[in-house]
Amino acid sequence: MTVKFCWFNLMPWPDLPDDFKTEHRSVWVDIDGSLFDPERANGVYHEYMDQLEFADELGFDGIGVNEHHQNGYGIMPSPNIIAAGLARRTSQAAICVIGNSIALYNPPHRVAEEFAMLDCLSGGRLVAGFPVGTPMDTNFTYGQIPALTREKYYEAHDLIMEAWTNPEVFAFDGKYTQLRYVNCWPKPIQQPHPPIYIPGGGSIETWDFCLKNDYNYSYLSFNGYLAGQTLMDGYWNRVGEMEKSMSPGRAGFAQIICTAATDAEAEELYSEHMLYFFNRCLHVFPGFADPPGYRTVKTIQAGKLDQFRKENQELFKRLTWKDLVEGGYVIAGSPDTVRERMEDMIKRLRVGTVFCLLHMGNMPDWKTRYSSQLFAEKVMPGLRGIWGDEFSDAEDWWCKPMDDRVRPEDTMADARRYPEAPKGTMA
Amino acid sequence: MSATDTAPAPAFEEVVITTRRSVTAPVRVYEPADVDTAGTATVLALHGAGGWLPGEPVLDGLVAAGLRVVAPVWPAWSEHGDEDCLSDMQDFALHGWDVATEMGLLSGSGSGELHLMGHSMGGMIAAEMAALAPQSVARMALLCPAGMWLGDHPIPDIFAMLPYQLAEVLFADPNVGEEVLTGGADFSDNETLTRFMVARARQQGMAGKILFPIPNRRFSERAYRVTVPTLLVWGRQDRLIPPAYADAWQAALPDATVELVDGAGHMLPYEQPAAVVAAVTSHLTN
Repeated sequence: MTVKFCWFNLMPWPDLPDDFKTEHRSVWVDIDGSLFDPERANGVYHEYMDQLEFADELGFDGIGVNEHHQNGYGIMPSPNIIAAGLARRTSQAAICVIGNSIALYNPPHRVAEEFAMLDCLSGGRLVAGFPVGTPMDTNFTYGQIPALTREKYYEAHDLIMEAWTNPEVFAFDGKYTQLRYVNCWPKPIQQPHPPIYIPGGGSIETWDFCLKNDYNYSYLSFNGYLAGQTLMDGYWNRVGEMEKSMSPGRAGFAQIICTAATDAEAEELYSEHMLYFFNRCLHVFPGFADPPGYRTVKTIQAGKLDQFRKENQELFKRLTWKDLVEGGYVIAGSPDTVRERMEDMIKRLRVGTVFCLLHMGNMPDWKTRYSSQLFAEKVMPGLRGIWGDEFSDAEDWWCKPMDDRVRPEDTMADARRYPEAPKGTMA
Repeated sequence: MSATDTAPAPAFEEVVITTRRSVTAPVRVYEPADVDTAGTATVLALHGAGGWLPGEPVLDGLVAAGLRVVAPVWPAWSEHGDEDCLSDMQDFALHGWDVATEMGLLSGSGSGELHLMGHSMGGMIAAEMAALAPQSVARMALLCPAGMWLGDHPIPDIFAMLPYQLAEVLFADPNVGEEVLTGGADFSDNETLTRFMVARARQQGMAGKILFPIPNRRFSERAYRVTVPTLLVWGRQDRLIPPAYADAWQAALPDATVELVDGAGHMLPYEQPAAVVAAVTSHLTN
């Protein structure tokens, strides 16, 4: 298998003020509305979408978007809108929507429809993510009852999967959704369905759910690969216990990456933007992080309590560039340095997909492109073959596009043509 | 008091029942002394989201006044793990009636009158029970019940509060509240923290089924059915569900009176138990 690199943009708001952490309670849920400038957002959205298109140009395997609500580090409540734009203007990269918080859609069948649209539009390039969703998004912003969120999520999943795979019109009698006529129209190109990615934050139930269904489990954390290893080790233990193949295709990880000509240049160029991200974008009021009932008793008993310790609540407040790099939060440096650490990360965590966070915080466009280009040209090629040919099933977790698909480079110029009737049809 | 009196017998006997829905629930039964229980009125008492404390001064007071008290422990507040059986307001209210049935409290089963009493979340459940079966209830006392939402008086979001913020909204005197809430637990100990987090996830997660994100399951549309004489007792310093809600409840219920208590916040049964006992006893035995 080849390791897949997905260029991911969280779409942070770039203008959080210097005193954000002291003068504002939270970047998420009740973020100050006056900080958002819609006219500024016009340029921001286009800049971020241009970068995603550039990643396709650079040869990244995927370009990724996700869903957050009322969030200063993610101005993308509807990733499908962005993905539709990307599907129309790119032709190679997988469109990784990681994903739609399926319990929040009413009815969740909407996700089956929109993802099918995206798969058709992109010629079968969709990678479909189904997150349970963070408490900030799911419970506090979208009002779902914490103790019932997971049950609603599983039901939404069952509805979507049946909508994609049942060729007949069927009735769905759920506890949360009742539909008399389910008939997904359009249907996805990829059969029986696009590859499913479950982004997780550490609930152990999610592991079993992924393994039972053979979905990819992707750990999306901003704490870096060193901190992520304990959790991923737990996941791989579970894979073994359930006697599933140990293919790296089963797992993904999100990693912040900064590439420059030298290690010193990386610090000089990117340090302020990483600190912007960790100090302002992750300034979430802790009361929003764990509404009772959201995490299951099993997960709590498994000891996933670290985030609730006072010292860890304070963690990001003291971080320096050196801490970020040494702690593995950020993989930064020259192409050689980055390649070496990326190889360590990929092997340690045993992952087949890397969500590359190459734009972070308030990083300006040119630096984002510079870092991305260096990574694509000087780092990525040396990493793709890490896993060799050992895992024949690994490609099962990636999209299977049509060869003969519509490509923007062939159609863009033609899109605005004036009518020209075929010869002989008009007087 | 003699030396042998220093550890008094518990004021109640605990029985464990299984309802017809197959929910297992411990129930505290407080029997008044020297009274023929066959004809005695029973108060079915429902606790708030904090659960019952080991000692419940209001329940003790009602028993001293000659009432029998049956106080179920709600699923998730006991060690029995049946909370998944109940999902919504209707389930909660029916569970209350299932307990009453199992405990032989319904008319025709040989017992005396049945009164309902509930505090906060328990008051919300009691009110819904009365709306379902008003003919089965003689009188009702609601202590600052949850269950309504007034746009001009938004209720603070307890689900987004950090532990240290709770005492301030729950108690008239936050210093007293701090002691009641923490109970001297040491949260730097991993086992204690895990136990606390598990209990919080189960209990407040359960409460969230009827209280999150807005504690309003449209009771006001059913309030017309609650024809039983109802007493609303409210702490004047209630900063969680402020006294403006007492007026709203009184306006919604066909037969309700309000008693405001000084020096009490939302945890009024623990802050001013004597005043609560006096008001409730007077109402129920009237």
